[in-house]
Amino acid sequence: MAGNREFFNRRLHSLLGVIPVGLFLVQHLVVNHFATGGEESFNNAAHFMESLPFRIFLETFVIYLPLLFHAIYGLYIAFTAKNNTSRYGYFRNWMFMLQRVSGVITLVFVAWHVWETRVQAAFGAEVNFQMMENILSNPFMFWFYIIGVISAIFHFANGLWSFLVSWGLTVSPRSQVISTYVTIGIFIALSIVGVRALTAFI
Amino acid sequence: MQETKTKTVRFVISRQDTPDSAPYQEEFEIDYRPNMNVISALMEIRRNPVNVKGENTTPIAWDMNCLEEVCGACSMIINGKPRQSCTALVDQLEQPIRLEPMRTFPVVRDLQVDRSRMFDSLKKVKAWIPIDGTYDLGPGPRMPERKRQWAYELSKCMTCGVCLEACPNVNSKSDFIGPAPLSQVRLFNAHPTGEMNKAERLEQIMGDGGLANCGNSQNCVQSCPKGIPLTTSIAALNRDTTFQSFKNFFGSDQI
Repeated sequence: MAGNREFFNRRLHSLLGVIPVGLFLVQHLVVNHFATGGEESFNNAAHFMESLPFRIFLETFVIYLPLLFHAIYGLYIAFTAKNNTSRYGYFRNWMFMLQRVSGVITLVFVAWHVWETRVQAAFGAEVNFQMMENILSNPFMFWFYIIGVISAIFHFANGLWSFLVSWGLTVSPRSQVISTYVTIGIFIALSIVGVRALTAFI
Repeated sequence: MQETKTKTVRFVISRQDTPDSAPYQEEFEIDYRPNMNVISALMEIRRNPVNVKGENTTPIAWDMNCLEEVCGACSMIINGKPRQSCTALVDQLEQPIRLEPMRTFPVVRDLQVDRSRMFDSLKKVKAWIPIDGTYDLGPGPRMPERKRQWAYELSKCMTCGVCLEACPNVNSKSDFIGPAPLSQVRLFNAHPTGEMNKAERLEQIMGDGGLANCGNSQNCVQSCPKGIPLTTSIAALNRDTTFQSFKNFFGSDQI
């Protein structure tokens, strides 16, 4: 792979964004949605996830390592672009810019979110409904979470669109237009799931 | 119409004396003539290089050649959009007409840029069909007429640089080759004889600064003056390089 490291890295970056990081995002949002069923229902679901066997390995290989690579290489990609939406205000160019902006917002959000929940859990705190209720009772944190969750979902949905292009699955303009509609649908559906879960804590 | 009322055309031109000096703006006002294009206006200014303040100045430097939008030499930024100045008709432009060089490329002087990197890229991707042998290789395979018509659209590329100028990923921080040479890979890989070097071209664009740097902003296809389906070419090459990389890693055949 020495000759085409950049090609390999870019493709790996695109793949990891969907599998496993994107899939993990969907799973996480779905599990959070248990919160709409009340405190007990959320705590049961969270407890089930916590008590999965080989948890540390699952976390490391499904979340930490892929996410770290995606985040660090993504930052490099974001900062090598020279955005020009003021001169070229086309839809896809806006998506290109928003993909980079939402990526950076998501990274800040995820870093804070991991610190506040998973790292605190490692220090002995218990991650449950109560914890999230406490965090989200602060209006600033509530909006921080809303923005973070929506930008993560946008980044995933739009990233799925460019994943399909980057791997050569959607080649024709028509297939790219249809996959735009599909990914907009995914964005809206997951946003409803994510926001419903957040509002369930307050 | 505004032109008939004032009978002049106003230009705001970005100028630069040497490749390294700072750019500055200079305004010009010239008499209106029917059917003027940006080039005929620039020629008019060259005939009498006096700016709007009445000062004598140097004539403006720009590139031009064919004057019918097939050579790509006269590309510049006209009212914010990169395009050919030969087909930029004064009657269709909002005034003052603002001219700038395409700064994605090194500026030589005023509106003149050095597009060498594009021609170097064409060499890199072997944008030609090798037909020379030490003996007569005979006639090559024939190309179906429908395919020839399709390929003709890709062959309209005039290396003008507009797509590189529009691309957010072609800039001084990245060494992205840009859309135009990538589409040429698709063109020459589609040719029955050119196809014999398909893997070589794909390997080249799988290298650093190659195809994978595309961020799908799709500005190129919106900006191309020849309407070349650049993003379709890029997506098609994404597919070809996916197969090529699998072949390289898992397969045993060399091409």
